[in-house]
Amino acid sequence: MMRLLAAIGATVLAALAAIGRIAIFTAQALSHLFRPPYYPREFAVALLQIGYFSLPVVGLTAIFTGGALALQIYAGGARFSAEAVVPQIVAIGMVRELGPVLVGLMIAARVTSSIAAEIATMKVTEQIDALVTLSTHPMKYLTLPRILAATLAVPVLVGVGDIIGIMGGYLVGTERLGFNAAAYLTNTVDFLEARDIISSLVKGAAFGFIAALMGCYFGMNSSRGAMGVGRATKSSVVAAAVLILAANFILTEAFFTL
Amino acid sequence: MIELSNVTRSFGSNHVLRGINLTVEKGQSLVVIGGSGSGKSVLIKTILGLVEIDSGTITVDGVDVSRAPRDAFLARFGMLFQGGALFDSLPVWQNVAFRLLRGSLKRPRDEAREIAIEKLRRVGLGPEVADRYPAELSGGMQKRVSLARAIAAEPEIIFFDEPTTGLDPIMSGVINDLIREIVTEMGATAITITHDMSSVRAIADTIAMLYAGKIRWHGPVAQMDTSGDPYLDQFIHGRAEGPIPAIR
Repeated sequence: MMRLLAAIGATVLAALAAIGRIAIFTAQALSHLFRPPYYPREFAVALLQIGYFSLPVVGLTAIFTGGALALQIYAGGARFSAEAVVPQIVAIGMVRELGPVLVGLMIAARVTSSIAAEIATMKVTEQIDALVTLSTHPMKYLTLPRILAATLAVPVLVGVGDIIGIMGGYLVGTERLGFNAAAYLTNTVDFLEARDIISSLVKGAAFGFIAALMGCYFGMNSSRGAMGVGRATKSSVVAAAVLILAANFILTEAFFTL
Repeated sequence: MIELSNVTRSFGSNHVLRGINLTVEKGQSLVVIGGSGSGKSVLIKTILGLVEIDSGTITVDGVDVSRAPRDAFLARFGMLFQGGALFDSLPVWQNVAFRLLRGSLKRPRDEAREIAIEKLRRVGLGPEVADRYPAELSGGMQKRVSLARAIAAEPEIIFFDEPTTGLDPIMSGVINDLIREIVTEMGATAITITHDMSSVRAIADTIAMLYAGKIRWHGPVAQMDTSGDPYLDQFIHGRAEGPIPAIR
């Protein structure tokens, strides 16, 4: 019994210590927002990598999800003669939940892993030490531009994902399920509220921040060797995905139940 | 002048530095030798502040490195890392001119590029290399680019961490000669870490041997062969038998 309690205690302490380390890392990274020098070129590159180059994967994820959602709602609604609600539920489902969460998870898979692997490799090959000896703070040069770029780019990606997802539902609805095109669009637009869109974009910003932060944190704290890089990459994606889902719950509570 | 007094550093139960006392005079080229894992790299990283010390003091020209303004302090140093540590995402010239493109030493882009090309020429690389990426270069070329980066801002103090590791004997000779020439030409203070005895003889004014976390022997390179220290003798002659255990 004591052993079990000790194991639980050790796990809780380790979790609290990890939360503390991440909180300190976050505070350190954000503190550089107010302390020049800044590296606009690094920020622009990160914006391009995270925002622009994620568009194809976000678009494909959103269009298939929107289409599948329309089919599911139609089939489910048919059980109680509510097939007509497809445009409204696709819109609300994509904008409030599926758009931000799926984009967040895709960013965790694509961007978090890439950031973690890149920074961890830089650490293993002494490039981080080299940055320091060249009078360049790694948090300013590597971490802040990526976190800032993800926080600004992911809401835009979520907005694009929402629109493409709704278009996926629209295509299935009009081409496959026989909805009138004009009526589908009118129902979609009329049903959405400003709060739905704002919540979607705020979630995007939060998920982008989490995704980049986890990539940077695990990259910077990677252990030596190929195994260290692999472990940092895996841990960053798992942590980012779990934190994104947890943040999604908290933000949904904050926007729609308080 | 670089001065280390009673410097200690441990990683958990591994006491890597156990009270290092060492002085490097201005303009002198010191080579630190010692077995693998003896703490040579840790030693130079403590001077740069990349690794914090547990106790003791490190001063450069009388100023405690832990209290020196960081940017101004690091601007005095150049370092060649063991694996080169070139930035994969930047072309060669931007690696060399890294310090000249940002921060307190920032120059116009064209001027920084010119300086980079001149430094590349100094280490025997032509301008055609400037726009290539590090991954497109051989190991020897990467070392030379790293050397060009280390000297680009004309630092007063240069550290070389295993400059010839992984290179063939001819390329090792080229790098050794370059280091000696550059250090003499720039009048820089240099600390080199190496296992390579040909490097030691080519580069060193003085030698320090690190063993069991302490400086075992320190003296001019001319006295190395007649030191009478059994540890140094075993190391420089590469003998398996002697006071240093072969299996560590």
